[in-house]
Amino acid sequence: MSSGIRFDSVSVAYGGNVVLDSLDLTVEPGEVMALLGPSGSGKTTALRAVAGFVRPVSGRVFLGERDVTDLPPYRRGIGMVVQQYALFPHLRVADNVAFGLRARRTARAEVRQRVAEALEMTGMTAYARRHPRELSGGQQQRVAIARALAIRPGVLLLDEPLSALDARLRSGMLAELARLHRELPDVSILYVTHDQVEALTLADRIAVMDRARLRACGTPAELYRAPADEFTASFVGGANLLPVTVGSGGVDFAGVPVKVDTAGVAAGARATLCVRPHAVGLGEGPNRLVGTVTEVQWRGATHRLYVAVGGQVVMADLRELRDPPGFGDDVALHFAPEDAVLLPAGVSRG
Amino acid sequence: MAEAVCRPRAGGGRSRPRGAGRASATAPRRYRWAAVPPVALLGLFFLYPLGLVVQQSLHPDTGGTSFRAYAGVFASASFRDALGTTVWIALASTLGCLVLGFLLALVIAFVPFPGARAVARFADVYLSFPSFLITLALLFLYGTTGIIGSFPFLATPWGVLLAEVTYFTPFVMRPLLAAFSQVDTAQIEAASSLGARAPRIVARVILPEALPALAAGGSLVLVLCLNEFGIVLFTGAKGVTTLPMLVYSKAILESDYPGACVVAVVNVLISVGLYGLYRLVSRRAGA
Repeated sequence: MSSGIRFDSVSVAYGGNVVLDSLDLTVEPGEVMALLGPSGSGKTTALRAVAGFVRPVSGRVFLGERDVTDLPPYRRGIGMVVQQYALFPHLRVADNVAFGLRARRTARAEVRQRVAEALEMTGMTAYARRHPRELSGGQQQRVAIARALAIRPGVLLLDEPLSALDARLRSGMLAELARLHRELPDVSILYVTHDQVEALTLADRIAVMDRARLRACGTPAELYRAPADEFTASFVGGANLLPVTVGSGGVDFAGVPVKVDTAGVAAGARATLCVRPHAVGLGEGPNRLVGTVTEVQWRGATHRLYVAVGGQVVMADLRELRDPPGFGDDVALHFAPEDAVLLPAGVSRG
Repeated sequence: MAEAVCRPRAGGGRSRPRGAGRASATAPRRYRWAAVPPVALLGLFFLYPLGLVVQQSLHPDTGGTSFRAYAGVFASASFRDALGTTVWIALASTLGCLVLGFLLALVIAFVPFPGARAVARFADVYLSFPSFLITLALLFLYGTTGIIGSFPFLATPWGVLLAEVTYFTPFVMRPLLAAFSQVDTAQIEAASSLGARAPRIVARVILPEALPALAAGGSLVLVLCLNEFGIVLFTGAKGVTTLPMLVYSKAILESDYPGACVVAVVNVLISVGLYGLYRLVSRRAGA
């Protein structure tokens, strides 16, 4: 079974409307790649191009070494799980799981064995005789995963698989998916999501998409610690994006000199300083910024402060404060130079 | 007396504070009189004649009450032939409509082609055409002086079958198109990516979800075919006798009113029975 996915300048357009603009991306065998982006960014289109439900206007799609661009969906041998489960309502759970095997004319004894295996793997053995409508959303999604895994695909496509579940169930299923991937180390997984937590938790690498284009691709740590642009910085993890002017050995933010690595950026240029809210501390320290508190949000384990500094709002996530500052208080903030990244200025929206 | 007891309850306002549910439950009571004209009309123009038919079937011209007319009609070969012809033509037409309607609805709903919506609309308009119009068209095409040529089969049961399938197929397509619009495309895609080709998807995914609509459309067509008069009169008049035709010939041509009424009663009973079945099925289909 071929594993791994390769997009070779794949473009998809409806009429004159380009929804995927020459995507180049490789998912290694056994790798989990998250396609992360807002709605309309082209991530689902990319997934559907792999499944065979949309035809690229140009470019090729490969599964392993095989060019599948012209193959119909039923000859691609891909497992797919979608947000709304798409189980067959008139079939019992076991028959849903057996559907793909029967379509491949698998021998009856083997069907039974592989259905049992897939149900076991997803913890749904006890529900084999039920109909989908008798199951909860989380259980239905497990059946959908079992159904996709029963055909032993080399590639598993997951299209927002957890979006229809409530928050508590979602984190449980996330752990389940991680476990499944450990049990099936050879399966390549393409995971489409708009939720950065899912992407950071599950993915070996994340491809960030925006407006039909691939914006950045890298490991979660790379994208989080050293984002390439403002969009990636704000979409993966959230960030303070502060307009600065580059000086020598540092930058100037709202008239305050800030120490940061300026390697590769010409002095005098405009740039954007990216600082994660949790890297900002309260009180005295290096790179001190003074401002006025405009909002305080208590989030249980943390307090988030919004502080106006020279016309810009700086967000700070602080471990729960015993005595948080109030609205209108003047406070000092600081952050370590190594926690800040300099990005090219305003080429993308924030 | 009853009126005096009722009035304070309905108008006295005592039930008002109990809430909207109560108020809305009593509201239609005020307009009950509105049911009188339609019920009266129904009684006068439908139930009364129907009663007369039943009565006539039990009262031979010779006077008295007896089932003699029934015995006579049931014993006659012409009645048994007509009953057999009616049932097999109706069943065969229904089957033909189901197969043809399913295929056509499938194409309209799932094969994207320009004008699919217009075709679906036309199927709706088609339902409003009189049935003999189709027959007339067939006569123009295949009749004794037809454009395409003279095909004697039009006067046989097969001609009736052809005309009924042609005319009643949209009655099956209508509920099917509604059912198909409810089929989740994600299910079809899931089946496809699991390795199923079109025939398997139709048989295992689409057909099971369309079964209630098929049953509803099929039983409706069955009832309509059993009672069809115009099509039979125009096509098979010479060779094909169905129950409605038998009623016509007994009453108008032979002036055997009790006999005609017996056949009519049998026809009505079959129709009402099937209509009951249709309601049962269509309620389960949610139509």
